[in-house]
Amino acid sequence: MAVSALPERERRTTNDTPALDLSGRRNRDLSERIVKGFLQLCAALTLLTTLGIVVILLYESASFFRVVPIWDFLTGTTWTALSSGDQQKFGVIPLVTGTLTISLVSAVISIPIGLAAAIFLSEYAGNRTRAILKPVLEILAGVPTIVYGFFALTFITPVLLKPVLDVGAFNGLSAGIAIGIMTLPMVTSLSEDAIRAVPRSLREAAFGLGATKFETSVRVVVPAAMSGIVASFILALSRAIGETMIVAVAAGGSPAGQTGVSAGLFDVTQSMQTMTGFIAYTFSSDVARGSSQFYSLFGVGLLLFAMTFAMNVFSQWVALRFREVYE
Amino acid sequence: MSANVQADTIITATPEPSATFTPRTRVRRALGNVWRVIFLGSTVLAVVLLGMLLWSILEPGKDWLSWRLITNMPSRIPEKAGMNSAIWGSIWLVGGSAIFSFVIGLGSAIYLEEYAAKNRWTDFIQTNISNLAGVPSIVYGLLGLVIFVDLLGMGRSILAGSLTMGLLILPVVVISSREAIRAVPSSLRQASYGLGATQWQTIRHHVLPAAMPGILTGVILSMSRAIGETAPLIVVGGASQVLFRPDGPFSPYMVMPLQIFNWTSRPQQDFEHLAAAAIIVLMIILLVMNSLAIILRQHFSKKNRW
Repeated sequence: MAVSALPERERRTTNDTPALDLSGRRNRDLSERIVKGFLQLCAALTLLTTLGIVVILLYESASFFRVVPIWDFLTGTTWTALSSGDQQKFGVIPLVTGTLTISLVSAVISIPIGLAAAIFLSEYAGNRTRAILKPVLEILAGVPTIVYGFFALTFITPVLLKPVLDVGAFNGLSAGIAIGIMTLPMVTSLSEDAIRAVPRSLREAAFGLGATKFETSVRVVVPAAMSGIVASFILALSRAIGETMIVAVAAGGSPAGQTGVSAGLFDVTQSMQTMTGFIAYTFSSDVARGSSQFYSLFGVGLLLFAMTFAMNVFSQWVALRFREVYE
Repeated sequence: MSANVQADTIITATPEPSATFTPRTRVRRALGNVWRVIFLGSTVLAVVLLGMLLWSILEPGKDWLSWRLITNMPSRIPEKAGMNSAIWGSIWLVGGSAIFSFVIGLGSAIYLEEYAAKNRWTDFIQTNISNLAGVPSIVYGLLGLVIFVDLLGMGRSILAGSLTMGLLILPVVVISSREAIRAVPSSLRQASYGLGATQWQTIRHHVLPAAMPGILTGVILSMSRAIGETAPLIVVGGASQVLFRPDGPFSPYMVMPLQIFNWTSRPQQDFEHLAAAAIIVLMIILLVMNSLAIILRQHFSKKNRW
């Protein structure tokens, strides 16, 4: 095999002593190509995943939009997908307001606290303090979302909210607060990374001009890191929009404004279903395949995917477009 | 604003301190101190929130913590209920998704780092991977439902759940593996090429062993994400009660977070406490896995020094 691999002329020059081909070139070339092909396939699979998500959401929701006109879906203000007959209405607005309101509540928690903690950790804290506090925040980031859901239902609502507000057992506010706590470590660690990347010389220049530590931090360092900070805000919002288990546990099973006690589409004190919450709720209560309800899940999924996708792209764009480069 | 004006003043005016500038040092220092307290307070608040979170679980859960929780099957009677089937389900599911995402994720990472040319196509794949990381987990559930459960006929099996979860954690594995591979110095590759090794031999015998600790750390961290993830499994799994251990990849299954969700959703107070106890077990498992990742990272970062 090795001998026959050699060209005729070379074989003659070896004077009938068995030629020793150490290169094993033929086998090597083949296995190189097989391996490369396999690795390429792996990378292609990541593209196929995206393609699969888009195609499936479009394809399945097409069946839905044949029954419910897309305009009615996007502008209708009543969502009663789990009812039957004439009661069944597919206006997605309540789910969207639920999602956005809860995300907004979470942002009110995570953005100011997260940014302030990031400024503290990077500008004020000593090395030892940071060495203790950073792992604590990492623990917060590693807690499964179902735990935050449990926290919202059994602690935030009865212990923190009930005494001061007239809230239902299931309400959007507790879910929003829990999501805020969940996304807080993300805001802190991404913002801190951005702030720490600001070169020391900028701070020293500000101090040299007589600025106090606070003035340096807030007027020089934070603006210089703004692109990374804003990107972390948008990511936190996008995570909040896509969060499922917290709202499934704590925010309740009926969309905003559709129970007698709920005051409207933005009432966070009562049950407030989100887009993700609707999908989870429907699946945990067994949905018939092929029904309008079943297809409506994909319509909602498509809208959810489009919203988070747009926000993620926007966040990447902000991080790149407004990045201040120092050197 | 007034570079010229300033220059003029410097030349023409006498260098006396300007009458309009008052340093207000004391006010500004005081303001700085107020904000220092606010920044510190926010950080402390984050820690306090973590404390409240832990307390809200430990307080109701501690009395319900027992071996029964680990050895018994789910039951309608809270005193007898355990999550044995859910623990085994989690092991099967996370194991399956780890194998899948390790093979595919590492393969993609090697291709992108070692083979792919730096061109638009590679940039596109990279952007795509970071976008995949931002797709809500429940959307992966919808994907898994249509492709694995229905189209490929896997039904509500462990296999379908593992593949769905594997796709979900794939971006994390790819990103962390790429970082680990990138950290291997190119001198190692050059030395290997210099001895006549092919590209794959170089990767197989030199790059991968050097990058393996970093890769494994990423895999363990993504497994701990998978073990706590619930949403996609509601869509592709959906079994509300499983009273037996899974016996193979086509078995129906239950996982720990789903069991917790199930117990949390019940009206009886006892089940809520049981859920808290189950959360404690889940968090201990997570803690062990994360510590393992950290130990692994530190152990090898001491060993490998380039």
